Amino acid sequence: MKQQSLGEFEELVLLMVAALHDEAYGVAILENLEDKLKKKVNISAVHVALKRIEDKGFVKSRFGGITEDRGGRRKKFYVITALGKRMLDAQYVLRNSIYKQIPKISFG
Amino acid sequence: MNEGPPKRALQFLRWFCREDYLEEIEGDLTEVFKKHFENSPDKAKWKFVLSVLKYFRPEFMKSFKSYQTNANGMYKSYFKVGWRNLIREKGYSFINIGGLALGIAVVMLIGLWVHDELTFDKLQENYNQVAAVLQNNTVDGTIETWSSQSYQLGLELRNNYGSYFKHVAMSTFPSSSILADKEKAFSAVGTFMEADGPEVLSLNMVHGMRSGLKDPTSILLSASLAATFFGTDNPVGKVLKLDNDLDLKVAGVYRNIPNNSSFRGELSFIAPLEIIVNRGGRSFGWVNNWLQVFVQVNENVDMQQASLAIKDAKIKNVNENDKRFKPELFLYPMSRWHLYSEFKGGVNTGGRIDFVRLFGSIGVFVLLLGCINFMNLSTARSQKRSKEIGVRKVIGSGRGQLVRQFFVESLLVVMIAFIFSLLLVYLSLPLFNNIAGKNIQINWTRPSLWLVLITSIFLITFVSGSYPSLYLSAFSPIKVLKGTFKVGRYASLPRKALVVVQFTVSVILIIGTIVVYQQIQYAKNRPIGYDLNGLITVPIKTKDVKRNYTGLRNELLASGKFSEVSASETTITNLWWSDWGFQWRGKDPSLQDNIYRGAVDYEFGKTVGWKIKDGRDFSREFSSDSTAMILNEAAVKYMGLDNPVGENIRAYGRNYTVIGVVEDMVTQSLYESNKQTVFVIDPFNNANFINLKISPHSSASEAIEALNKIFVRHNPGTPFEYKFADDEFADKFSFEVRVGRLVGIFAGLAVFISCLGLFGLASFVAEQRTKEIGIRKVLGASVSGLWQMLSRDFVILVIIACGIAIPIGYYFTTHWLQQYDYRTEITVWVFFATAAGALVITLLTVSFQALKAALINPVNSLKTE
Repeated sequence: MKQQSLGEFEELVLLMVAALHDEAYGVAILENLEDKLKKKVNISAVHVALKRIEDKGFVKSRFGGITEDRGGRRKKFYVITALGKRMLDAQYVLRNSIYKQIPKISFG
Repeated sequence: MNEGPPKRALQFLRWFCREDYLEEIEGDLTEVFKKHFENSPDKAKWKFVLSVLKYFRPEFMKSFKSYQTNANGMYKSYFKVGWRNLIREKGYSFINIGGLALGIAVVMLIGLWVHDELTFDKLQENYNQVAAVLQNNTVDGTIETWSSQSYQLGLELRNNYGSYFKHVAMSTFPSSSILADKEKAFSAVGTFMEADGPEVLSLNMVHGMRSGLKDPTSILLSASLAATFFGTDNPVGKVLKLDNDLDLKVAGVYRNIPNNSSFRGELSFIAPLEIIVNRGGRSFGWVNNWLQVFVQVNENVDMQQASLAIKDAKIKNVNENDKRFKPELFLYPMSRWHLYSEFKGGVNTGGRIDFVRLFGSIGVFVLLLGCINFMNLSTARSQKRSKEIGVRKVIGSGRGQLVRQFFVESLLVVMIAFIFSLLLVYLSLPLFNNIAGKNIQINWTRPSLWLVLITSIFLITFVSGSYPSLYLSAFSPIKVLKGTFKVGRYASLPRKALVVVQFTVSVILIIGTIVVYQQIQYAKNRPIGYDLNGLITVPIKTKDVKRNYTGLRNELLASGKFSEVSASETTITNLWWSDWGFQWRGKDPSLQDNIYRGAVDYEFGKTVGWKIKDGRDFSREFSSDSTAMILNEAAVKYMGLDNPVGENIRAYGRNYTVIGVVEDMVTQSLYESNKQTVFVIDPFNNANFINLKISPHSSASEAIEALNKIFVRHNPGTPFEYKFADDEFADKFSFEVRVGRLVGIFAGLAVFISCLGLFGLASFVAEQRTKEIGIRKVLGASVSGLWQMLSRDFVILVIIACGIAIPIGYYFTTHWLQQYDYRTEITVWVFFATAAGALVITLLTVSFQALKAALINPVNSLKTE
């Protein structure tokens, strides 16, 4: 398997998709991210990230039903794939192992 | 608070965004917008616009190129589908293509004709600098425009106005002369010109020089005349005898004058004017007009300016008495010679340009008729293709693609029609040339021709294809495919309007044709006052003929083939010579008289068979008859004489006594009123023609044979020529006959094309209503009732068309007739007959289909499907 890279924001979005499991669509992801990051995020950035991780095969998508709020447009829901989950796991393990190598440093 | 996101931004997003992303992006954006909107509407709008702009990057954009990548394939498919449709619907295709091909062929022929007319004289090198000098004279209170000038004027222009002109050349009017070398003698039409003439005409010399004419014993020959005398040899230096009188040296040979030149047929040779001057018999005063004066203005001189400058060149030089005619000179540029040749009241009033416009518009209309057929049949048959359109749309064809598809189909039809029309033009060109009196050739290798053809292919495609393609591509796929598609009641309205246009044009053309023919017929039946039957004229071209006249006459009479022989200055069919200065008792002193003259001899009246109304004919028995005068009725009226016989009239410097009055005769244009004319025994010994009346006991061919033998025996050096007076008379209306024939042909084609279209529409309607007709028949409708039902619609359309066409036709034809003094009245029956004719043709066209539909056995028509 080719080594896939994952950008920082992409990783955040992927994490959020996994966290929101089955309820993850553009606006939900956006709001939860803003909530967690405590800063404004533009929806277009979320979409760009979603498209990229979908292209890399980490998420897959399906259309939901029509809702009135959206001017008659359907929601597009994202679900994490096995590959995406593995990627997240690998990232987590990698970071954890490196983190554990940090000597006990005290900053006062 | 039900406001949506900014419209423009949304439109923009929809325009550029990938279709597969649009759903999600637009939905999310809208949702975000709604949430923000509750807090602060303005900020929400800004944010929305900003976000939209952030999507404007390659990842989210649709590929605008994707259409082109497979476009060739699509076009190929369009052609294929179009072709299959043509093959499947052979009848309709035939009507479409046939109508268009006819229309295009008509336009091409007319276009060639118009092009020929518009480029007339343009081959002349100095086209923009050459002009003829014309004069306006006020005679009897009306301004007349003459092209003839005096010898003095040429000298005056050269000497005192030389700064304006590069060349001034006087020239005689073309006349025929006899040229002979040792063995051969031919009569040829040419002019006598001053030495600058060949420069003004910019003759293309084959041998010799233009300046050759400077030698007063020289002559220039056209290539064809040179070839008849000398074959392919270089004739320069050879000697020809002119009119059995004068030896002239050939100084040059020029290329034949092209057919589209005002000088065509007039310049077989050019000889120096000095010959005529030295020959005598001409007057050289300021008021003796017998020459044409051509000028070429200097390059830096404005034609208009030069024209104004010479305005008074004549009036300054004539005596007090002649100043009353107020002669004003002006330049008549070559560019206007051909198309603007008519003058009324001293003002140029057009001329052939009217016919160029007339035929041009006829051509466009006939083509339009063909295009209308195409439009009507395409839209009428739209239901047949509605399913195809529906399926195409559902599969994803955009409207633009459908429009393109139908344009391609029209292009296909137009191209096929074009090929047929080229063939038609090629085949009919000789016939057309014959009727139009032209010699038009098509130069297929000229790129500009092909440019015009290809442009017109696209233009015609656009005109005929735009309406159907817009109409057909607008179908809603849901309605069409559900099967509930019904064209509304008014859907056929444009079609009906177009049919009305077609028939309006056709009916106008028919009315025009009938009126032109009536006018010609009316003029032909005009009482002419003399007997054309068996009347022959022989021109007197050499002095020998004049000298030998008495002997010739006696022998001709003795042959028994001729009942009378006489000599005259002009022929009876064309008495054109007029004079003024007549004096008679009771003449209004202020009248500027102008009276035509017939200088004849004693037997002239008997030869032509004129009818003496009062008094007696000339007779050799009265020695006083050399000063006798016979008036025509118009002259009696003109002079206001109550009892003309016995009156004294002073004319031509002598005193005349009126001995008789003849009935009016048509001696000039058939369409003008009879001119006041006096007949006298030729006072100038100026006989130019011998008139012969074939004896009733002899046939024309025998008489001509005898005449030839006797004439040649008496005049061995003079070629024998003769004309039948009735042929010359026919020339008087040859132009009108030509116009009538052309308009008639175009009218016929217009009617034919319109009927083709009607036939197609009728068959379509009949086919569409097959079931209805079947049910009606089952319920007891009669064949005649059904026939009425199917024909009624079309008949109404044609009646409307007649209603529109009749006033327009009336307006144009009365306008056209105004130009003739002697004209027919337009009677009501012309319009009735035209309308009736149009209706009959319509019924015949429609009935075929209507009856076919009405006669179908309902069992057959109802069991389909």
